Amino acid sequence: MSKRKSKESTLTLGECISQAHKILRERCCHQKLPSKPFGVESQYEHLLELLRRTAVHGESNSVLIVGPRGAGKSMLLSCVLNELQKEKEVMENILLVHLNGLLQTDDRIALKEITRQLHLENVVGDKVFGSFAENLAFLLEALKKGDRSSSRPVLFTLDEFDLFAHHKNQTLLYNLFDISQSAQAPVAVVGLTCRLDVLELLEKRVKSRFSHRQIHLLSAFDFQKYLEIFQQQLSLPEDFPDGGFAEQWNESIKSLCDDRSVEDILQKHFHSSKDFRSLQRLLVLTLSRVTVSNPAVKPADLLEASRLCTMDSKANILHGLSVLELCLIIAMKHLSDIYDGEPYNFQMVHNEFKKFLQRKSHSIHNFEKPVVMKAFEHLHQLELIKAVDGPSVKTQKEYQLVRLMLDNGQIMEALQKYPQCPTDVKQWATSAFA
Amino acid sequence: PVPSVSSPPRAPLPPVCPCRMPAQLQHPGYPAGRLQAAEEAVPCREAQAAALLALFGEPEHYSYPSLFLYGHRATGKSHVTLTLLRELQLPHAAVSCVECFSAGLLFEQVLGSLFGHEAVSQSLARYSSFSDFVRVFQQLSARSSLPRHTRYIVLDRAELLRDMDANLLPGFLRLQELVEDNVTVILLSEIVWEKFRPGTGCFEPLVLHFPDYSKAELQLILSQDPSPAYSPELYGTYINILLGVFFTVCRDLRELRHLAALNFPKFCEPLEKGEGNGSVSLSLSKGNPPHLVHSLSFSVTLRVSSASCLSLSGHLSVSSPGLSAHAHVELPCHSKFLLIAAYLASYNPARTDRRFFLKHHGRIKKTNFLKKHEK
Repeated sequence: MSKRKSKESTLTLGECISQAHKILRERCCHQKLPSKPFGVESQYEHLLELLRRTAVHGESNSVLIVGPRGAGKSMLLSCVLNELQKEKEVMENILLVHLNGLLQTDDRIALKEITRQLHLENVVGDKVFGSFAENLAFLLEALKKGDRSSSRPVLFTLDEFDLFAHHKNQTLLYNLFDISQSAQAPVAVVGLTCRLDVLELLEKRVKSRFSHRQIHLLSAFDFQKYLEIFQQQLSLPEDFPDGGFAEQWNESIKSLCDDRSVEDILQKHFHSSKDFRSLQRLLVLTLSRVTVSNPAVKPADLLEASRLCTMDSKANILHGLSVLELCLIIAMKHLSDIYDGEPYNFQMVHNEFKKFLQRKSHSIHNFEKPVVMKAFEHLHQLELIKAVDGPSVKTQKEYQLVRLMLDNGQIMEALQKYPQCPTDVKQWATSAFA
Repeated sequence: PVPSVSSPPRAPLPPVCPCRMPAQLQHPGYPAGRLQAAEEAVPCREAQAAALLALFGEPEHYSYPSLFLYGHRATGKSHVTLTLLRELQLPHAAVSCVECFSAGLLFEQVLGSLFGHEAVSQSLARYSSFSDFVRVFQQLSARSSLPRHTRYIVLDRAELLRDMDANLLPGFLRLQELVEDNVTVILLSEIVWEKFRPGTGCFEPLVLHFPDYSKAELQLILSQDPSPAYSPELYGTYINILLGVFFTVCRDLRELRHLAALNFPKFCEPLEKGEGNGSVSLSLSKGNPPHLVHSLSFSVTLRVSSASCLSLSGHLSVSSPGLSAHAHVELPCHSKFLLIAAYLASYNPARTDRRFFLKHHGRIKKTNFLKKHEK
């Protein structure tokens, strides 16, 4: 690999790797848009046509894009917008307003943001408005009086649409949909959400003004397609500065996809989650292992990345507990076995622990109660145990009822992996009376 | 093998762990000298530092929008992260969510450390929303003269973000997308990621685990602490005994370090008396049985957080070296009453305060319950 023979190569291996990192990281970390979205062609055409009608003919529209997280909702919308902006006629006509439910947490902030994005701060000035609707109407009116005689269409995109439904009285949604219904200024409202039941959240008056047009993205592709996406995501583009390196890289990616073990790993991921983001996490981890000394992606890298992705985090936390804390967990396990899932308090756990110490305590000393209490509180802090809601919340710490947030399988597995676990503790875990 | 107290201590481990490999931190994007300095500052965490560095990539490359590092207390999460960021001189803001308990404080602190506090105080209003934060971030970022290097925001004790505004945690997780800039948010927490996920899900961060230190690693790190008057060998032996006693209860490096500092003078007492001279370790382990360390015991020290205790003993180093929560203070009589009242009040509902603590609180209404029990 280090002695590449391609003629046009002007870059050293280090620079090539750096370039490859740059391109692939932009793709996986920054969600750089693909030239054409994959797997959602029909939805793409639909949305494009819809928005073009608004932009060119001034039709008002409203549409919701619904799909699970990481299904490519934002990607679809951005691709459509990109495509639209290539058309000259549209470009100079339409105005874009992006709102996000995470940012614009109430309608006042949202209105300010709309004003800002429409560059109307000067027009609004210090005017005082009676109502929200008045304000929004004024904004749209102001657009009409621009340099063009007719009004310009405005495209509102609402990311995390469901969060807007929690605003007081849903004023923003009501007004936007109302405008899109009545023949006022031409607006298109595009909402993005991951909630299928989003319409249930809308008030009746809001719902009736919505066009009920929904675009569903339910990533319904099979494994072969998934494999294709994997390969596509990792491949370097044609215009890579060093052709020889790109060719070699793409070749190695191709052979990677044919590898049996790689297919197994991807199959596992495919069955647990189909979304692009989880694939991208896997790719970023894989990619981070590519260096000058390891200039191509190997199956082992992917295996390691997959291991990191699918690690059981609770088992990791259990691994780091002290023996005393582990003993308390075992005591709680026995208590929940005995009382059939009923909650217990510190005193009961301590008693159970003391019983064990009296029966056999070769390795564990008789700790003072405050020490045990501290260990118990640490478990609480790690949220491995959780206080039960109810009247016991206000009682003294020792008598507060708690529940263990682990199941028996996890505990036993953790004990197997625990470094230098005392034998008597292990025996105690398997049977309460050992 | 069971860590028993009575067995004689094994010889201390050699100062350099055999598993340690030369220069694990390598990256073409950064000068080798700085990498080496960073590596030396993170003993026994080289693998984690290397993984983190590989994810960071070169300064101008994009990194994943959000990383989530979890692991037990004192496993080096913030130490490794901050050491890397500092040594490699990457633009970053390190904020503790304990310190910045409200969203406004958090925004101010983050923007302040990234762009300078003067610029921020001009553009950020006192009570700002997340929307304002993103807007100001974009403005200042566009204005700044620095090249477009990845900016890092480190949020320590990230579990507290859950209790703040509901949009804060999901917002920070996808900050890169919201500000459309090269920024990466690193969340540090003791709690596993599964407990963070909000109702309808959110942008999933890249999760990395910081494993706990093994006993050998703890021994290695603790032995590096300076022991002014005695040989490192002796100190190594001492640490070995100490770990034998405390390892079953406490694996927190910070607490162990504090315990070590606290108990060392006691351990050396026989030496001071002039008994041992050459072969110290043997005579010490016999003459100074570990139960002495044991008797100094948990209840005194373990309950006090090591950090607070160290800072206290820093202030009061003149008086007593073994200062603890149990230091006796004679309170005036009324203060004692107040203290008892406060203790009782903390376990009673607020509405009963009047009844319990006031002399003339009015007539007690006879409830059905009381009537029944009068008979």
